[in-house]
Amino acid sequence: MSAPAEPWVRQHIMRSSGPGRALTHAAVMAKRHLIQIPRIPELIVFATIQPIMFVVLFRYVFAGSIIVGANESYINFLMAGIFVQTVAFGSVATGIGLAADLQQGLIDRFRSLPMAPSAVLTGRTIADLVRNMFVVGVMIAVGLLVGFRPDGSLFGWISAIGFLLLLSFTFSWVGASVGLAVRSVEVAQSAGFIWLFPFTFASSAFVNPANMPGWLRAFVENQPMTQVVNAVRTQILGLSPEAARALSISEGAEWRALAWLLGILVVMVPLAVRLYRRAAARPR
Amino acid sequence: MSDHIPTSRGPAIVAHGLRKSFGDVVALDGVDLTVKAGTVFGLLGPNGAGKTTAVKILTTLLRADDGTAEVAGLDVVRRADELRSRIGLTGQYAAVDEYLTGRENLEMFGRLYNLPTDVARRRADELLAQFDLADDASRVVKTYSGGMRRRLDLAASLIIFPEVLFLDEPTTGLDPRGRLRMWDIIEELAAGGATILLTTQYMEEADRLADRIAVLDRGRVIAEGTTDELKAQIGGERLEVTVSDEGDLPRAVDVLRTHCGPEVQVDAERRHASVPVTAGARALAAAVRELDGAGIHIDDLSLHRPTLDDVFLSLTGRVAAPTEEEAAGDGGRAPATEGAR
Ligand SMILES: Nc1ncnc2c1ncn2[C@@H]1O[C@H](COP(=O)(O)OP(=O)(O)OP(=O)(O)O)[C@@H](O)[C@H]1O
Ligand SMILES: [Mg+2]
Repeated sequence: MSAPAEPWVRQHIMRSSGPGRALTHAAVMAKRHLIQIPRIPELIVFATIQPIMFVVLFRYVFAGSIIVGANESYINFLMAGIFVQTVAFGSVATGIGLAADLQQGLIDRFRSLPMAPSAVLTGRTIADLVRNMFVVGVMIAVGLLVGFRPDGSLFGWISAIGFLLLLSFTFSWVGASVGLAVRSVEVAQSAGFIWLFPFTFASSAFVNPANMPGWLRAFVENQPMTQVVNAVRTQILGLSPEAARALSISEGAEWRALAWLLGILVVMVPLAVRLYRRAAARPR
Repeated sequence: MSDHIPTSRGPAIVAHGLRKSFGDVVALDGVDLTVKAGTVFGLLGPNGAGKTTAVKILTTLLRADDGTAEVAGLDVVRRADELRSRIGLTGQYAAVDEYLTGRENLEMFGRLYNLPTDVARRRADELLAQFDLADDASRVVKTYSGGMRRRLDLAASLIIFPEVLFLDEPTTGLDPRGRLRMWDIIEELAAGGATILLTTQYMEEADRLADRIAVLDRGRVIAEGTTDELKAQIGGERLEVTVSDEGDLPRAVDVLRTHCGPEVQVDAERRHASVPVTAGARALAAAVRELDGAGIHIDDLSLHRPTLDDVFLSLTGRVAAPTEEEAAGDGGRAPATEGAR
């Protein structure tokens, strides 16, 4: 009996594996999420409205009563906190999206395909990076409208954006792990925010920690979010060492921020991939 | 759909002693299966029997606690990655992206099967046409009906002409028309030579589509064979007659006894008699002639072929699946979690 002819499609299957395949598949998945953004405009609209409200409220309600020091206006001080908060809160959407994929059985389908196991997660975290940067762009515009006048150099801005990108990528992996662990959209929503509140508000994002009680200050000044806010703030405002000190930013904030983010990333990536691999074995 | 050509002549699926527990729940309790290449195998069982668990193990999504399985000649654990480029899976609930169009979904899955972009696109168009979705290809799946989603879902599992196709309850949730249509599609795939393992709760469905059937109950295969073999286990066909006039019943019973056999069961109240027959159609014809010749008026005369419901009842003492009415009421209901986002 002669061998049957191969169906035409099979001859085109690329025998790829390893990092090449992981990258291609991550790009395919990122494209999936980017296509979705304009089709679910509610998501991006609310992701933008929330930080705009923060900017406006903090700018006009608190600006009069908060003196941050170093001759900086409150709006100038505030914006670094807003950028970091915006990006950090964006990680919740990563978790919600993955929980939805799990609930709808899409993850099962992906796992039945000859896919790199990391691609579903990498693709989503990269797409979330793009979305976050869009929102940050809107925030810069809103800030400029209400009096944000930063003095940072171009290099300062580039490195600040670099920090925000790394923050987005890192926290998306945290969000991904939360979503994969809780597996339900509703829980991913609340669980995703809960841990963010203390880290965001008990940080240097909105106020100078110098005015906090000692015990709180000890936490605030040593937690990662503060390091990232301080790094971004120093860069976009082009703070001199003295001005930085007046804002409770000790030297080397950039290095500490970098170390924290890379450290969290190194822990969260394998954790998320592990949770992903185990996803099918757990109840729907 | 004539291009599904099994590449090996051996069995397409072999499983030995598969076991799987979730905590205290034993989902599979030692399952053996052999599916010949180019045949349709029906895995039949009620809710919670372990059908989905078996499919997940065979499609590399889950690891069995114990036992081994090979699909298309590849071990499902050790050669999982290779295997994934040779199988197709349509899960119990349509797993397509709601916010992508039909075409975008198929192109995405094609790329994930490691096809180049242009090939993925060509194949997507081919499948969209084949499944009657070409006109809706540019609409987001969110706007699709349940039947369209199911067809798209099935199309996605056929992208690479899989050697073995797994369909987990392909018609659950479809209306009767959608179900008939899905049956036609599956029959066409089977006629094209595909090896298909499908699970179902519907006896009628397994009866119609499958060459061989395994009945799964509480994680065990309690019966296996061709439809005919299973039916033989509980006896073959019966000739059933209902007479118009109760007074004619004894004479009708005499006719059945002489022409069909001695074991006539009589239900006088319902003016009804039945008898097991071997050559069903011939016995039916003879009975019509004789009853007519004897001047007996009949309300109903029929040949009853045992359904797989009868098989299940006789094997387990329980009824297997929800009745068709219940199932119809269930139709279209999304899984509790679907649509959440
Ligand atoms: N991930 C899981 N975690 C815990 N229990 C599970 C899990 N998957 C299945 N089970 C249990 O294992 C048993 C078999 O489930 P399975 O989904 O394989 O059944 P099924 O035959 O597909 O049922 P259905 O017809 O309802 O789809 C059930 O008792 C189910 O509750
Ligand atoms: Mg099932």
